[in-house]
Amino acid sequence: MKGNKAMHIGLALGAVVAAAAAPVPAVAQDYKLGLVTFLSGGAAGPFGIPARNAGELIVDAINAGKVPAPYASKGIAGRTIQPVWVDEAGGPSKQVTEYRALVQKQGVDAVIGYISSGDCLALAPVTEELKKLTIFFDCGTPRVFEERPYTYLFRTGPTALMDSLGAARYILAQNPGVAKVNGINQNYAWGQDSWNDFIASLQKLKPGVQVGTSQMPKIFAGQYSAEISALQLQNAAFIHSSFWGGDMESFVQQGRARGLLDKQVAILTTGETAMFRIPEQIPEGTVIGGRGPYGVFAPDNALNKWFREQYFNRFNTWPTYPSYKMAQAILGLKAAAEKAMAKNPKPAEADVIAALEHLSFEAPSGTVKMAIGKGHQAVQEMVYGRFKLQGGKPAIVNVVRYPAECVNPPDGVTSEQWIKQGFPGAKCN
Amino acid sequence: MRTDPGTRGFLIAAAVLLAAGPFLPKWLSYIATISLGYALVVAGVVLLMRAGLVSFGQGLYFCLGGYAVGAAGKYWNLGDAFVLLAAAVAVSVAVAALLGLLLARYREIFFAMFTMAFSMILYGLLSKSQALGSTDGFNVSHATFLGYAPVALQGWLYAAAVVLSMAVAIALQRYLRSGMGYAGDAIRENEIRVEYLGISVYRVVYLKYLVAAGLGGLGGGLAALASGHVGPDMAYWTTSGEFVFVALLGGTQHIAAAFAASFLFELIKTYAFELSPYTWQMMLGVVLLAIILFLPSGLWSLVARGREALR
Repeated sequence: MKGNKAMHIGLALGAVVAAAAAPVPAVAQDYKLGLVTFLSGGAAGPFGIPARNAGELIVDAINAGKVPAPYASKGIAGRTIQPVWVDEAGGPSKQVTEYRALVQKQGVDAVIGYISSGDCLALAPVTEELKKLTIFFDCGTPRVFEERPYTYLFRTGPTALMDSLGAARYILAQNPGVAKVNGINQNYAWGQDSWNDFIASLQKLKPGVQVGTSQMPKIFAGQYSAEISALQLQNAAFIHSSFWGGDMESFVQQGRARGLLDKQVAILTTGETAMFRIPEQIPEGTVIGGRGPYGVFAPDNALNKWFREQYFNRFNTWPTYPSYKMAQAILGLKAAAEKAMAKNPKPAEADVIAALEHLSFEAPSGTVKMAIGKGHQAVQEMVYGRFKLQGGKPAIVNVVRYPAECVNPPDGVTSEQWIKQGFPGAKCN
Repeated sequence: MRTDPGTRGFLIAAAVLLAAGPFLPKWLSYIATISLGYALVVAGVVLLMRAGLVSFGQGLYFCLGGYAVGAAGKYWNLGDAFVLLAAAVAVSVAVAALLGLLLARYREIFFAMFTMAFSMILYGLLSKSQALGSTDGFNVSHATFLGYAPVALQGWLYAAAVVLSMAVAIALQRYLRSGMGYAGDAIRENEIRVEYLGISVYRVVYLKYLVAAGLGGLGGGLAALASGHVGPDMAYWTTSGEFVFVALLGGTQHIAAAFAASFLFELIKTYAFELSPYTWQMMLGVVLLAIILFLPSGLWSLVARGREALR
């Protein structure tokens, strides 16, 4: 009887292992691409789904050979892309499990993904352990490549430092006499980092600028009456806010109603996503950013025109910055694979990695330079402007474009050091 | 020494798992490692459940254990897996020794809510502490084993997890069969009678709370070593809720149920993610609902039924 029991357990275990070990057959020529973004949860609406849409659009267009030059050839190095979508929900530990399943079970050729900085930090060492070409497309924390170099890991989107530094440079250019600023940011990693980098940069660029008050409500609070009162007590020229999505829109509406935003100018570092949704709520002159040269800030080039048109036709809405960043991650991979073909007509993973290092490639957002993090971290230009209703339509005026070298540290210097040293090597013209 | 069937079962399981280790696909052995970690936390929940207490806050110790492992590596350069895990258990038990003084007085919903409140306090503190990476958390450095730094870390972690968790499982199973172990069941049935028998209910509950906390810390430490990352969401109430759920999924009759349920839960999640990226929650929900509907006393009732049939 006891033997029976042990046998049952053994059989059950064996069955599980056998079922699990059976590999998923992949068509040899296909390029199996793991694509990870939020498909459910609070971050899906504003970030995950726009990124997913862009991913589907670009993958379909690449497979059909319909992307304009220089991406007109079909597939990645001639191989048709077979996308494998995974939900980013569940937190970093869950994502480590899913990443391992993607690489070790499904046998993908590369992984592109990750919006949450926590997920990126957790996954970075795992990419190295599993030795799989991986591209982070959106997460913003500068910590990834500043903590250590990576061989298999790339990030084709710029870090969040340039949002904060760009905002500091912009308001100093707009109002050189600024003496005091306020802040309202969410009390979690993104909000804390954004505010710290912003105020440190501003005080380095113009010593003596005072902080009126820095409000740190918790994320998804939605109701800011106490914070607005506190902000109203400190009469500052600007209010810095890295709020995003629904929190930002709530703050703008409530701040407007209380008269706060007529007296103090808000700097909305992610304001671009709201300007078409609640245009009549945003006061004119509000400083608006879009996390880089995306959306309304994207340059006027053929690739961008094609991307916007295709995206609007298919999804009936304009692409926002996560869409742009997903698009440029896939295009970056394609650019690297094609460059690698010069050496090896059927490029292996190592060839693609070598080609992607220090690569400059074109995207709907302009030129992306894999300039820092030993050629693994992208830099791009940063754009800020001010909101204005022109003939009843939302528009951006006083646009200033900061070159990549003006708002990103040189290779080998961490963001924190660079701010502390007063931005040596910054080229702003 | 006489070995009882429970102990023998765990010894066999440990031997089978260790022998199978090198042949398992890597992703599966990773899931096994992680779920052994989770199962230890669940075993703690089961221990409390048998005494009629539902802790909605084991995430507190899961998180403390994880952060203890992470911080000891980050700030004191400790790298040995066993030292790190010992630290995880020590920190968790120390905190529980304090909180337990209060919590051991409460029962039912009050106990559940208080435990949850404490874990949410930790979540709030960690989210605000920028030195510890706030909501992003931080990475845990690679562990060594008694001075040896393996290249194939995953395999070593798997083996360590198997040995440690099976040893703990054997100890727990023996504890549950002891007088103090049965005192838990007695407390669930009738506290006043237990007091009349001359046993301090407060002391029994306090002790069980400490043991559960130690298990939580150990599980959190193992999970941190395996996944290589810790973050405040380990203390979030949904994490604690998942532990309670897995405990119910397995059933409270036997410690082995916690291990089986935890592994199954992770496996179902992975397949749900893969097979239906857009509706994995629904798929997970349906599967779990079905298990609860057809096996109301948990997976272990299958084993119990099987034994009945064999008899």
